[in-house]
Amino acid sequence: MSERVAAAWSVLPEYLGQHILLSAAALALGLLISLPLSVLAIRNARIRWPVLAFASLIQTVPSLALLALFYPLLLALSALSLRIFGQGFSALGFLPSLLALTLYSMLPIIRNGVTGIVNLNPAVIEAARGVGMTDRQRLLRIELPLAAPMLMAGVRTAAVWVIGAATLSTPVGQTSLGNYIFSGLQVENWVSVLFGCAAAAALALVVDQLLALIESGTAKRSRWRIVVGVCVLLAGIVAAAVPRFGADSSTYVIGAKNFSEQYILAELMADRIRQQDASVAQRVGLGSAIAFRALARNELDAYVDYSGTIWANVMLRTDAPKRDVVLREMGDWLRRERGITLLGSLGFENAYALAMRRDRAESLGIHTIADLASHSAALTIGGDLEFFVRPEWKALEHAYGLGFRAQRQFQPTFMYKAVSSGEVDVISAFSSDGRIAAENLVVLEDPQQVILSYDAVVLLAPARADDGKLRRALQPLIGAVPIESMREANLQVDRDENKSTPAAAAKWLAQHLRVQ
Amino acid sequence: MSEPQQPSIIKLDAVSKAFGGGRNVAVRNVSLAVGKGEFVAIVGGSGSGKTTTLKTINRLVDADAGVVAVDGQPVTAFAPHELRRRIGYVFQGIGLFPHMSVGENIGITPHLLGWRKDDIAARTLELLDLVDLPREFAERMPAELSGGQRQRVGVARALAARSEIMLMDEPFGALDPITRDALGTEYRRLHERMGLTTLMVTHDVLEAVLLADRIIVMRAGEIVADDTPQGLLRGHPDEGVRALMDMPRRQALRVRSLLDEAARHE
Repeated sequence: MSERVAAAWSVLPEYLGQHILLSAAALALGLLISLPLSVLAIRNARIRWPVLAFASLIQTVPSLALLALFYPLLLALSALSLRIFGQGFSALGFLPSLLALTLYSMLPIIRNGVTGIVNLNPAVIEAARGVGMTDRQRLLRIELPLAAPMLMAGVRTAAVWVIGAATLSTPVGQTSLGNYIFSGLQVENWVSVLFGCAAAAALALVVDQLLALIESGTAKRSRWRIVVGVCVLLAGIVAAAVPRFGADSSTYVIGAKNFSEQYILAELMADRIRQQDASVAQRVGLGSAIAFRALARNELDAYVDYSGTIWANVMLRTDAPKRDVVLREMGDWLRRERGITLLGSLGFENAYALAMRRDRAESLGIHTIADLASHSAALTIGGDLEFFVRPEWKALEHAYGLGFRAQRQFQPTFMYKAVSSGEVDVISAFSSDGRIAAENLVVLEDPQQVILSYDAVVLLAPARADDGKLRRALQPLIGAVPIESMREANLQVDRDENKSTPAAAAKWLAQHLRVQ
Repeated sequence: MSEPQQPSIIKLDAVSKAFGGGRNVAVRNVSLAVGKGEFVAIVGGSGSGKTTTLKTINRLVDADAGVVAVDGQPVTAFAPHELRRRIGYVFQGIGLFPHMSVGENIGITPHLLGWRKDDIAARTLELLDLVDLPREFAERMPAELSGGQRQRVGVARALAARSEIMLMDEPFGALDPITRDALGTEYRRLHERMGLTTLMVTHDVLEAVLLADRIIVMRAGEIVADDTPQGLLRGHPDEGVRALMDMPRRQALRVRSLLDEAARHE
């Protein structure tokens, strides 16, 4: 427990800092857009309704969907800009998060701004015109000061919304306090999830109270309240921004998809890079397709993917050649088509496999799937929810002539319990799953290599193809991760009791590499 | 119709104004002239067009047709805000700026005109004296004042930039009768002392009779009478005008008979 809290504390400055910068930028941009829009809406009753309706409409879009939609939109814009100006931009991370949150912040600011000014005492407005103020003077000297408390109340609402919704920017690659929540959810580290929620709530509360101080300052015309509130807010933003100046191109960005093995391997790579006296940032919890695209665009410098995933999902191949053929053809294709370097395989696979309890397999004399075929009529097989509709299963059935007495489907957790209790004899498994070791299972060999191989491979971004420091850091990992060590490390993070953090598991894994 | 002795400082020539895309005619073909130093009242019921007529002069309303001239120049020759800085405007709503002190309210037009700070401060104190408010009121906020005190500030604000023309729209309409009478009388004295030209809209004919040199009666957007109070009291061809003037006459006669009776009992 205390180890996990300590781990959460150690990344708080980075997560909190990024969260503050993102929220502040979105609010500032939101204000910059909303204020002129409000003024237009106030001066012209005809556009008032469309402006308010548009802002309300945005609120009805779930914030996660809004964030997700900006990614393909920006991708298209970036491609367009690349064609026209010869320069694209990052469609991942800060920009989509900023734009989505900016849109999100607009409704309360516009609504309160418009309501605050439209509902001002008409006699005061007539007097402002009567004494000879221009429209601009009336706005700046009379309308805005009088509507300021109402406007500030809108800014407060917007700030709390934005700080809350900013936790959702993690899946599009922006570091935020949401990293605690999303990675915690993946590895069932509830300490981390709670820590993230508490930190975001605390930030929202503090900002809300500071804005409340400013709001009461505008209402009571107390200058010191406004000054104190603004100064503390600015100090927070500056403090969040200072460490960012240290980040430059000498910082390596390591990516990870959204499951435990990926978190552990990202930590392992990050540690190796740090040992080369280079600084590292991690972008974790990425969707599979997002991670690959980010690498191709040099937004990530390195991450681990699986050969079968690239083969089927990126190269769109439907055949399943032998393991070494896949690796070779994939390496050539990545270099040729995307400029990506395939540094090499870590030495283990995370593939679909068939597994049995070790004692049962030994008593039946089963070592391979071919051995299994002759016994299958008397055995029961359990699969996860999608296994029996996957091409891997069809291929296995066909190639080895499998025909089981019964097929049953399970949630993964129950599937392992079922095979361990003898309820089923064979299960579908992921070959690097920690539960294979924990339940004392054996993975059956696939002599015909029917199942597409899923070698864990290290990929380097096009811009890092000749980066000696990065290669020196990661090269020693190639072929150095035995599947037994990976399973144990995964288990340390995934098990229900006495869980480790991915960072701690990576430290353990580093000491259990194959010596070369 | 009596011709003003002085050259006219405000002149409306065949002015018309309609609202709602031309459907609601507020002012129809109105011509009038106000000479320098005159105190003219426009009297009429609600919807008679008196307020709209007044507002065409400082362009709070722009006329659809006809010419409005101030100091011999058409008002359309000036930007509205420049025109308004030269013309004092006092209205029933008063409209003091609630986030500014009394002093800041009074000094707003000089401030907009770019006067020096010292000059604005001196002028503010001078005006507080003029409208008979204590000087320390400069530091107070409008919310701390009574209705009568607020309208004194309203008058001071309208005079601040040494405007010589005052447009007043029911200026004392929301005040209690005693305050109203006191403020009206005091304003009339101010008008004399400072050589102002005043055009005042009121629905209260007695107020018009007591304060104004000349009374313009409006009905349904048109001028139906334009004469001195004495002239109108003598009689008028229009029946509505006669009925209107009958009220102050009856009130005066009743008060006169009561006073006579009181004198006999002494």
